[in-house]
Amino acid sequence: MQITVKVNGADRSADVEPRMLLAHLIREEFGLTGTHVGCDTTSCGACTVLLDGRPIKSCTMFGVQADGREVTTVEGLLQDGQLHPIQAAFKQEHGLQCGFCTPGMMLTGSALLAENPSPSEDEVRWAISGNICRCTGYMNIVKAIQAAGRDMAAGPAETADATVAS
Amino acid sequence: MAAETEEIRGIGHSVRRVEDDRFIRGAGNYIDDIHLPGMLYMAILRSPYAHAKLNGIDASAAQALEGVIAVVTGELMAQHNLAWMPTLSGDTEAVLVTDKVRFQGQEVAAVIATDPYIAKDALELIDVDYEPLGVVVSPDQAKAAGAPLIRDEKEGQTDNHIYHWESGDKESTDTAFAQADRVVSLDTFYPRSHPSPLETCGCVADVNPATGQATIYMTSQAPQLIRTVFALVAGLPEEKIRIVSPDIGGGFGNKVPVYPGYVIATAASLLLGHPVKWIEDRTENLISTGFARDYHMHGEMALKADGTMTGLRVSLDADEGAFFADAQPSKFKVGLFHIVSGSYDMPTAHVSADGYYTNKAPGGVAYRCSFRVTEASYMIERLVQNAAYEIGIDPAEFRTKNFIERDQFPYKSATGFEYDSGDYQGAMDLALEKVGYDQLRKEQAEARKEGHLIGIGLASFTEVVGAGPHKDYDILGIKMNDGAELRVHPTGKAILKISSQTQGQGHETTFAQIVAEELGIQPEDIKVMHGDSDDTPYGLGTYASRSTPTVGAATAMVSRKLRDKARKLAAHLLEVSEDDVEFEAGRFTVKGAPDKAVTIQDVAFAAYTNFPDGMEAGLEGVTYYDPPNLTFPFGTYAVVVEVDADTGVWKVDRVVAVDDCGVRINPMIVAGQIHGGLCEGFGIAAMEQITFDEEGNCIGANFLDYLLPTAWETPRFELGETVTPSPHHPIGAKGVGESATVGSPAAYVNAVIDALWPLGVRNIDMPLTSGKVWEAIQAAKAG
Repeated sequence: MQITVKVNGADRSADVEPRMLLAHLIREEFGLTGTHVGCDTTSCGACTVLLDGRPIKSCTMFGVQADGREVTTVEGLLQDGQLHPIQAAFKQEHGLQCGFCTPGMMLTGSALLAENPSPSEDEVRWAISGNICRCTGYMNIVKAIQAAGRDMAAGPAETADATVAS
Repeated sequence: MAAETEEIRGIGHSVRRVEDDRFIRGAGNYIDDIHLPGMLYMAILRSPYAHAKLNGIDASAAQALEGVIAVVTGELMAQHNLAWMPTLSGDTEAVLVTDKVRFQGQEVAAVIATDPYIAKDALELIDVDYEPLGVVVSPDQAKAAGAPLIRDEKEGQTDNHIYHWESGDKESTDTAFAQADRVVSLDTFYPRSHPSPLETCGCVADVNPATGQATIYMTSQAPQLIRTVFALVAGLPEEKIRIVSPDIGGGFGNKVPVYPGYVIATAASLLLGHPVKWIEDRTENLISTGFARDYHMHGEMALKADGTMTGLRVSLDADEGAFFADAQPSKFKVGLFHIVSGSYDMPTAHVSADGYYTNKAPGGVAYRCSFRVTEASYMIERLVQNAAYEIGIDPAEFRTKNFIERDQFPYKSATGFEYDSGDYQGAMDLALEKVGYDQLRKEQAEARKEGHLIGIGLASFTEVVGAGPHKDYDILGIKMNDGAELRVHPTGKAILKISSQTQGQGHETTFAQIVAEELGIQPEDIKVMHGDSDDTPYGLGTYASRSTPTVGAATAMVSRKLRDKARKLAAHLLEVSEDDVEFEAGRFTVKGAPDKAVTIQDVAFAAYTNFPDGMEAGLEGVTYYDPPNLTFPFGTYAVVVEVDADTGVWKVDRVVAVDDCGVRINPMIVAGQIHGGLCEGFGIAAMEQITFDEEGNCIGANFLDYLLPTAWETPRFELGETVTPSPHHPIGAKGVGESATVGSPAAYVNAVIDALWPLGVRNIDMPLTSGKVWEAIQAAKAG
């Protein structure tokens, strides 16, 4: 089937089998390997992308279901070469270790912040409860998402500073 | 010449991780991200039976499917002498079945196709004729008279027993028990769990038919060791094997062994002349790759009337699965389980262990643990709490009475370890203070009057990591020593090549900080390379918390080697004698004239441009480190829980974790390691379990059945630290990656048992699901 998906702001077309999973469409056809597959059963959230702005698990959707819709992957978080505040905050707060869950975590976190710019710890934990991390124990992921919310509220001048520091 | 120096971000600095820059952009390079021209895809057909004779395989329909290039069976592998391979424990393991399957999920055939979907389609078309046999799923069944013989192909193997192993002194331990005022015992089963890194295992095997060069990209925690294993298994010349571990999405022990899939993919690439990719799905990962634990343990403690420990006796049955494939030092059949006397001054101890074959997946790996230390720590810390209650002493006071004291180090344990350093009382005091222990006990007593069950659990663990000294520690005969190679370039920037392989621990940052500390080059000016066996020094890899104790030490030592040469160069530049040169934080100064100085960057440039006659050019070196001893991290964890007696549901209110891992290189990364271990420890205590029905069907074959903690269930962690450096490690560090997985399960369980003890509950085996807790309460009530 011929489909067209708006991926990270640009229209991408592909001729795919109807059974091809969205995760594989993104990884294999579009070459965006930041979206990972961890469990195949919708449990772990490593494959999370935003579909029309909402987080979904791309291992449990067919690529053809995304026809005519808008997909944001981790590669689309970067804006004009600048890190999204959530990317900067994950580094600053040590919110990642092996990095495999990180794209899904950041996308889920960014979707939460779009709706709720100042979430409580419990609200963050509930929002990311469909994304499993085996390395961090979640403490610093929660901190990173909350810090990103604060940085976004403070505006772009503040967020630029959060990228380095050691 | 010398510029104003800025502070060197060496040891003790929470430097943000250099590896994060690629991961936060989704630009990591994990195994499934690797694409090579002409690459084919492999899928593996696995046995639905746990034990069944293989009468035949008809792959003709699969072979005929468009896009299928080949179907590989055991018969084909046997023609190349590759149907069996050695395990890391000196046993043999089937690569593809030729005679019978021995566990559910075992590799039966493999399809190579032009597309991964087609490869999986073809699996459905393979017709296998199985003849089911009797199934063994526990050590008790394995040793029963008339049990089916699992390893009938092994010459001389007449039953399912693998090994008997002992440690300590049986005679003196028997005497201690005969003379004891009190004996306390505990039977407990540490269930089978699985490390479950978020990325499954996989490889891309690329054998060049023209040159014979085999490059295997692989999810491996130990690329150099695996290269040697491949040379031994496949008979390929070792210089033509290159193992590359790219970014690894978590390991936790699961990515130490060599799995059949790697070998089949390599053989297929060799035969077909194309690169072959194999990526497990999650079910394959859970049912066929390295599991953890599965120990049935009995422990007894001998005591004087006043509560002084006088002896420890532990026996266990290890359920090893169908092949004995534990990843551990050759000399020790149950890893370092004999650390089981833990943090206590135990005059004598004896450990006796027996391993059994069962129809379950092989490959006992240490799930974030140094070779079975977790099982040992759990045994002693559970036994200590039960003993304290039996004799009527508070568990903290009982520990104080029996701890090895500060001035007893180095301490020779009853099973032969020499503990390097420790301050067990100091760590426990801090944990008790942070959690508010005395006040909590009062609140607990008040709550009990109201019918509310609060539990407070402690665990004062001692780990043993950093294997190890060449005399006792090897895998397949290869000594567990590790290397570091350091090259400082003319502009003063450096490359450090190390033999350990990061899977999230942050080696690219911390190892640069060690060089920074020793040479005064900023960490961002040092590139750390690892994971490519062609381009790194030999070593045994990353697991068992060994990277900092071994490779960290090698890194410090090679830096010092370069510093010695740099001092000579500095003396040459400063036109003074070497004895008059002092070094601090990247600056060489003249004694008594501190304004006369050159920097390490000046010296590095001189090493290539202006070196004295008779000196070799360059500033490079390599060091292999043979640890003089293991290191012994320790700490005390305190957990507070509430239990609902009506439902068995329990919830964690507090987790206080005081760790002493010696000197901390990057405190931020250390804290992150502890957070992760506390979370995995909670998962093991509360929900993670792989079990089997009587037919050997694996229950726990996906993340819907094998439960892992999410952010919602995971408790909040409060950390504390004490610092007792290792006296023999060059920078005093001990290793920390696994302390919290080792120490915390007993703390969680002790807290629940503490809440339920007055009701008469003495033990519940993990995982403490609410159903099991409720049943234990009902059983205690029924008397």
